[in-house]
Amino acid sequence: MARVVVDVMLKPEILDPQGQAVQRALPRLGFEGISDVRQGKRFELEVDGPVDDAALARIHELAESFLANTVIEDFTVKVEEVAEAAK
Amino acid sequence: MTTRIGVVTFPGSLDDRDAQRAVRIAGAEPVALWHKDKDLKQVDAVILPGGFSYGDYLRAGAISRFSPVMETLIEQAKAGLPVLGICNGFQILAETHLLPGAMLRNNHLHFVCRDQKLRVENADTAWTSDYAAGQEILIPLKNADGRYTADEYTLDKLEAEGRVAFRYLTDGPEADGYGNPNGSLRNIAGITNEAGNVVGLMPHPEHAVESLTGGGTDGLPFFTSILKKLVTA
Repeated sequence: MARVVVDVMLKPEILDPQGQAVQRALPRLGFEGISDVRQGKRFELEVDGPVDDAALARIHELAESFLANTVIEDFTVKVEEVAEAAK
Repeated sequence: MTTRIGVVTFPGSLDDRDAQRAVRIAGAEPVALWHKDKDLKQVDAVILPGGFSYGDYLRAGAISRFSPVMETLIEQAKAGLPVLGICNGFQILAETHLLPGAMLRNNHLHFVCRDQKLRVENADTAWTSDYAAGQEILIPLKNADGRYTADEYTLDKLEAEGRVAFRYLTDGPEADGYGNPNGSLRNIAGITNEAGNVVGLMPHPEHAVESLTGGGTDGLPFFTSILKKLVTA
């Protein structure tokens, strides 16, 4: 089984008040020097079978039509190497 | 023959009953439609009501947009079926791309619930003909994800084509000291498609159809507009 990760972020020009609220809380927590925070979404898809070009193309389509709204969001698709977890 | 107006219920819809009631008060027959049912029961128009369909998971309206009823609705809306999306219904219409743009979290991150002054910008759509262009109306507004957003090109196009249907009143005495309630670009509260049969807005006209419940009856013309259009069609 392989994992494909889809990251979805608001486009740079879209205001992200949630990210701003997080950023404004940072000094209070003692974190200095972080000038901007943008909040996004991460989807981890566990794929049955091989992650070949065809599978990736389908996931790309899924991300474009459903996981992200491309009017306001950008997305990236990447295959993640899953370390064999000890059983 | 009675005019039949469908109201879709999704899991998490809240205002489907109020929308049905508004339809009845306007003199049409409300028809309950179910999200899992592709059949629109030969209704003459459809309302997508407010609420939190599918818990607003992923994005408001994103999952509802792929429900079976929407498959038929998208096809028929493109063929001219009148559709009104209120609040969550507007979010769903944006997700289908029947209407351009998208709704994001309110810029101040708070849920808004108040009576809101709007200006009717387009009184030529299927759902707004009983208003006059420029008329100011009071309609309840209640949402968390109401910030209308589109790119500059789309905004300019909407303005040039007269497709901004409603705008929030943000200054002058009529605005009651409130500004833009959610950060919507160009104070846009509602828009229409090119043909004028598909209209979406964040405020809730179905909650302003009876004086008994306060706020007046400024929402009623939505429902009488569509009735007149269908009767004279």
